[in-house]
Amino acid sequence: MSDQSAVVGTVTEVFPDWFSPDSRPGYAGYIVPSERMREAAGYLKNRKHFDMLTSVTSADYFPEDRIEMVYHFRRSTGGEPLRIKCFLSRVESQIDSLVDVFPGAELQEREVWDLMGVRFTGHPDLRRILTWEGFAGHPLRKDWKEPFFEDEIKPYKSRWPEGKFIRAEEKNPLGDNLCFPPGFDPESWVPDKDEILYKSMTRVAKAGEDGMDSDTIIVNLGPQHPSTHGVFRMVARLDGETVVDLKPVMGYLHRNHEKIGERNTFLGNMPFTDRLDYICSMSNNFAYALAVEKLLNIAPPERAEYIRVIMAELTRIVNHLVANGFLMNDLGAFFTPVLYSLEEREFILDFFEAASGSRMMCNYYRFGGVVRDLDENMMSMLKAILERLPRKMDELEKYLIGSEIVRIRSEGVGILTPEAAIANSATGPLLRASGVPYDLRRADPYSIYDRFDFDVCVRYHGDIYDRFMLRIDEIRQSIRILKQAVRDMPSGPVLTGKPQYQVRVPAGEAYGRVEGPKGELGFYLVSNGKTNPARYHVRAPTFINLTSLAGMSRGNKVADVVTILGSIDIVLGEVDR
Amino acid sequence: MYGLGILKGLSVTLKHFILTFVDDAKRGKGRYRSPQGIAYKQSTELSGLFTVEYPEEKLPVPEEFRYIPFLVYEEEDGEKKLRCTSCGICSKVCPPQCIYIVRTVDPETGKPVPTPAEFCIDVDICMNCGLCAEYCPFDAIKMDHDYEIASFDRMKHHVFDISRLAKPVSYYASIRPKNYKTEEDARAAKAAAKQGTASA
Ligand code: SF4
Ligand code: SF4
Repeated sequence: MSDQSAVVGTVTEVFPDWFSPDSRPGYAGYIVPSERMREAAGYLKNRKHFDMLTSVTSADYFPEDRIEMVYHFRRSTGGEPLRIKCFLSRVESQIDSLVDVFPGAELQEREVWDLMGVRFTGHPDLRRILTWEGFAGHPLRKDWKEPFFEDEIKPYKSRWPEGKFIRAEEKNPLGDNLCFPPGFDPESWVPDKDEILYKSMTRVAKAGEDGMDSDTIIVNLGPQHPSTHGVFRMVARLDGETVVDLKPVMGYLHRNHEKIGERNTFLGNMPFTDRLDYICSMSNNFAYALAVEKLLNIAPPERAEYIRVIMAELTRIVNHLVANGFLMNDLGAFFTPVLYSLEEREFILDFFEAASGSRMMCNYYRFGGVVRDLDENMMSMLKAILERLPRKMDELEKYLIGSEIVRIRSEGVGILTPEAAIANSATGPLLRASGVPYDLRRADPYSIYDRFDFDVCVRYHGDIYDRFMLRIDEIRQSIRILKQAVRDMPSGPVLTGKPQYQVRVPAGEAYGRVEGPKGELGFYLVSNGKTNPARYHVRAPTFINLTSLAGMSRGNKVADVVTILGSIDIVLGEVDR
Repeated sequence: MYGLGILKGLSVTLKHFILTFVDDAKRGKGRYRSPQGIAYKQSTELSGLFTVEYPEEKLPVPEEFRYIPFLVYEEEDGEKKLRCTSCGICSKVCPPQCIYIVRTVDPETGKPVPTPAEFCIDVDICMNCGLCAEYCPFDAIKMDHDYEIASFDRMKHHVFDISRLAKPVSYYASIRPKNYKTEEDARAAKAAAKQGTASA
């Protein structure tokens, strides 16, 4: 973090009461008084070029009366993130919103309000985002307990040695496990809250060209709609067929992954991360393993590093194949392109299955390495895949990119400018297709990516077509990395130390992140020295990329909204967590 | 010319279409519903149709494939002896906590006996992560390959007890020959080392 201290070092001299270093053992970054946070953020953005607010989260330090807001700032030119914290009281828990400085904070602050109960003054639309209106309390607070609550942490005592099996339903018959906020009666409740949602959307009173007043209408796309790639809802205000404003509504798949993660042991979270973005389980494992390794201060052996890179790049290929295939579905090329993509994906999934035992829920990474080695057979399998893929990519390209329908529907549609992309904290292909060559593998290298020769793909129009093409470019680059990794892979062990089921993690905090196929996937962990994380936060790239959806959709036709959403490439398992 | 791009694209689809028939003709009967046909579908040589006609055709699962765990037992003089010592590690490591173990207690001395009295897994909750098999120190619980476990009544059939979980070592050796061999070799080496120190 030397880079950071140089940056803020000068600040602490100028404004000694603004930034004070967080000197607790295991912690890093700076603490800012909460009433100064907005100014400090503006200062970092305008004077110190920390132009991306990548992550906004919070941690509850119950029984102490303290909630910490944790912000990670980044520079779009690269470098390590700068971590800023604000201490809030659990009772008041109020802080200025950063939305007007960093629009990318919008959805993230709503999440913090919903799950942690921190009120953001000045937020334009502070409603619950992942849970519903009849939800009692803020679940990530340490004193909040879920309906089938059994114990603070796993393993539960009731499983061994007296592990009599009881179904949760029998212990707690349906109906008895519900609780509502005070004054909330589910019987008499009329779901009227959407009125607020609808009112929050821009209205333009516009006289039509013929002098007639035309009114706008609200259209709900989803949550049950094949175009939304899962249970996701878009509320659009339309003027004729043109989108005037749009709001994403999510949370239909919410299961409070983070609370589950805080009950789990460190190791027990590994298979749970598979279920976030279920198309890319390997990269989810990767990011989580990196975060815990930072806390443990261990590094995997050489061979394991190469295997990790191989798996992560294969995952990127899988993801981009699926994303592009389904984008074509949205464009009306119904299932032919996607099947061609899936055909290639199949080989990679076979490879994953042979290595990890499962095609999609891989659970393959461990702290300090990977579960098991790749043998000769598997390496030749991999080589055969790398032999075939480039050929097939050429074919896919020939099939799709010349097509006039594809081009007309995607060129110049859903434009995201580089400024807006950075301001909205967009990451991944969405950002790079807007002309910002920002890739964590180069910008803030992790693992052994600094050893490989590859290009950071970038395209400059920021439209659907560029996002589509960028993914194809990235597949080609991934193949390049894979070939180098296969060539250079050393032999040796694949795990540091002995396999341990109960890892004791030193107290402290860590933020581990990877350039996932969809953007920056980060895990913010706080450990209090026990076997379970005290705080487990997932910085889900697609959730934050959705901040840009409204801006990209305004002014486009309804039919294009579907493709714009498809080009962001969301997975609801990760958005809703 | 307008539409040329689409035509070019469609030529790819046409190629796929034709290749399917060419491939069928070339490979004859063995392409479908035969082991070599399936092996071909999994090889990167594949051209033409790649869909697998489940359930008539099934992809072979690799050795590491994991689905719902089972308990390994040894057969000694016609008696089934579970390897499990009811140490409880698997139930502690299980992320969704779906393993329930009752330890056997000697009725006279009140001391625990190293075998489970009851052992059940709620397979509706099991996430097939394989951690139990990975961390069992006695190689007593292993992941199965049998993935066709659909049933009509989940309340009745989806909590597997010992009678449903226990499977012989020979079955384990048949689905995971490589793992089995490594483990047996390690055990033999350990026993030999022990004997060596004992005799020395
Ligand atoms: S299966 Fe293995 S880990 Fe589980 S109780 Fe038995 S011996 Fe222990
Ligand atoms: S496979 Fe995983 S979830 Fe299933 S019983 Fe074993 S440890 Fe538990």
